[in-house]
Amino acid sequence: MNKFLETVACNMGKIAVALVAALILFPWVFSSSYILRIVTVCMMYVMIALSINLLTGFLGMMTLGQAAFWGIGAYTAAILSTRLGLGMGLCMLASALAAGVLSLLVALPTMRLKGYFLTVVTLGFGEIVRLIEMNWMDLTRGPLGIAGIPSPNFFGIDLSSNRQIYYVMLVLVILSALLIFSVVHSRVGLAIMSIRDDDLAAAAMGVNVVKYKIMVFILSTMIVGVAGAFYAHYINFIDPSGFTTAASTDMLVMAIFGGLGSIPGTILGASILIILPETIRALAEYRNLVYGLIIVILMMVKPDGILGNVNFQYIRQRVQQRKEQKGGGAQ
Amino acid sequence: MLLEQILNGLTIGSTYALVAIGFTMVFGVLELINFANGSIYMLGGYITLMLYLGMGGHFLLAFVLSILLTGVVGFAMDRIVLSHLRAKKAPKLTGLIATMGIATVIDNVILLFFGSQTKPYPNMIDFGRFYIGETAVNSSQLVILAVAILLMVLLSLLTYCTKLGKAMRCTAQNADAARLMGINVNLIIALTFFISSMLAAVAGTMVGMYYQSIDINAGFTVGMKTMASAVLGGVGVLPGAMVGGLLVGLFETLGASYISSGYRDAIAFAILILVILFKPAGLFGKKKINKV
Repeated sequence: MNKFLETVACNMGKIAVALVAALILFPWVFSSSYILRIVTVCMMYVMIALSINLLTGFLGMMTLGQAAFWGIGAYTAAILSTRLGLGMGLCMLASALAAGVLSLLVALPTMRLKGYFLTVVTLGFGEIVRLIEMNWMDLTRGPLGIAGIPSPNFFGIDLSSNRQIYYVMLVLVILSALLIFSVVHSRVGLAIMSIRDDDLAAAAMGVNVVKYKIMVFILSTMIVGVAGAFYAHYINFIDPSGFTTAASTDMLVMAIFGGLGSIPGTILGASILIILPETIRALAEYRNLVYGLIIVILMMVKPDGILGNVNFQYIRQRVQQRKEQKGGGAQ
Repeated sequence: MLLEQILNGLTIGSTYALVAIGFTMVFGVLELINFANGSIYMLGGYITLMLYLGMGGHFLLAFVLSILLTGVVGFAMDRIVLSHLRAKKAPKLTGLIATMGIATVIDNVILLFFGSQTKPYPNMIDFGRFYIGETAVNSSQLVILAVAILLMVLLSLLTYCTKLGKAMRCTAQNADAARLMGINVNLIIALTFFISSMLAAVAGTMVGMYYQSIDINAGFTVGMKTMASAVLGGVGVLPGAMVGGLLVGLFETLGASYISSGYRDAIAFAILILVILFKPAGLFGKKKINKV
């Protein structure tokens, strides 16, 4: 197992490139629309789980309202595209903006506080948003939902076949992974990880705790807002029943299952949790029971999630050190 | 009309308060947000129904057995899963995800046993309605309020006047110090889960009787509302959870009848967010000092 992790750690860049290459070739190998659909949805959840991991894994603040921001993104895109006829690119920008601005409503009162307050307030915010979606008939058409959302298109180019939608999602997930990777590996990343480990010490070192917390929260909700806009264009129909707190908890479970504070872990965890229920479809009504049991058992066996306590950077450094020592010995 | 609504609100609020007390006790000793609490509440209601039907109408016996059985489920949940996580010194979020998994398991076991349709529930505490002045009072409301108040008094006595309660409060303050003083911390935590689940079972059964029906979605909403109640009153403080639960029940009933019934579930949360904005520690909570 150690050997395996070392190999993975040393070839992280290559593995990432290989994964992207495999994903690019994937639709040409498997043309079944069922499989393409699962992988597309899976990539969307990877994107959402990454946004949660940025907030929960790297900043240490737990959210239970991510589905609400996902819904805000989806509704913004749906309303703008059906009423004003905007294209997908503009809709995604607008969705990111809407999610980001509304996230301020949650962030401003809670980010000054420590502990579980964000969790509880996002939970409440999620319920309020869902009820507004249910009851504001003029804007959202309530439980009837919004139908006839145009399929993905980019400045007039129609991208409505399964394969094209797949590539739109692939681009989105790669962009968001790169964005989160670069944020985490920058000065901002160091600042937010110091806040996670000890916010008092971080404040004493001159890190503006509240500013960074709000910044990361807005970024996280904007990413999930874009995922929502994609979802609306992809499914063509949205109603409030998809954007519940139950959906938020599922998303959070994905991020924690893979391992908090680990980008490869999140990708792996979200993929497993999306694909697993599909593979155990044969269990029919026992499916959710098994799903729940698997989560409980995994948490008991690996409390940090699949890759939560695997620090690839550290493993890589150790391997390099060993190599240098060996080289020194030979001379 | 207003008085009737207030009575309705207090009735439903008192059941929230019972569940919220259990939630806040568990949070107090473990700092764990127990997501399975709502599912256990529903489980209690279903177990009572099953025993009542299975034993041919001995309601009181079924009720008592169900309270004990649900308590054992909570006890087992801690003993099998959560104590294991504590022994491994797992991060707090792990416990939370584990309780979410347990909630999924409980919900689906209920779904497999009882199916997804709403079940009729026998109302054993309905002795007719009477009038005080202009206000119609239902006897089930009085019974629920009386049982809830009785349990709250008993719990307060347990927490503040017995050795067990002292041990619980010690564990909540500082688990390590409590262990050094010879308190069996793991047993105390498991007992806290036992008590919290019993309370949930009482509330679940009473609400089932009050609405004369029970369905598979009841647990989730109540779980969220009790969480809101506990935070509203101040997490970890018993009187806080009681008042928080009553207030949530009251506001949501009044809001549903005077503002808009569609936003019934949002009102509790809107008030919660307002309270956190101005008094983050909750109505009864003490402000914590950051120590280095």
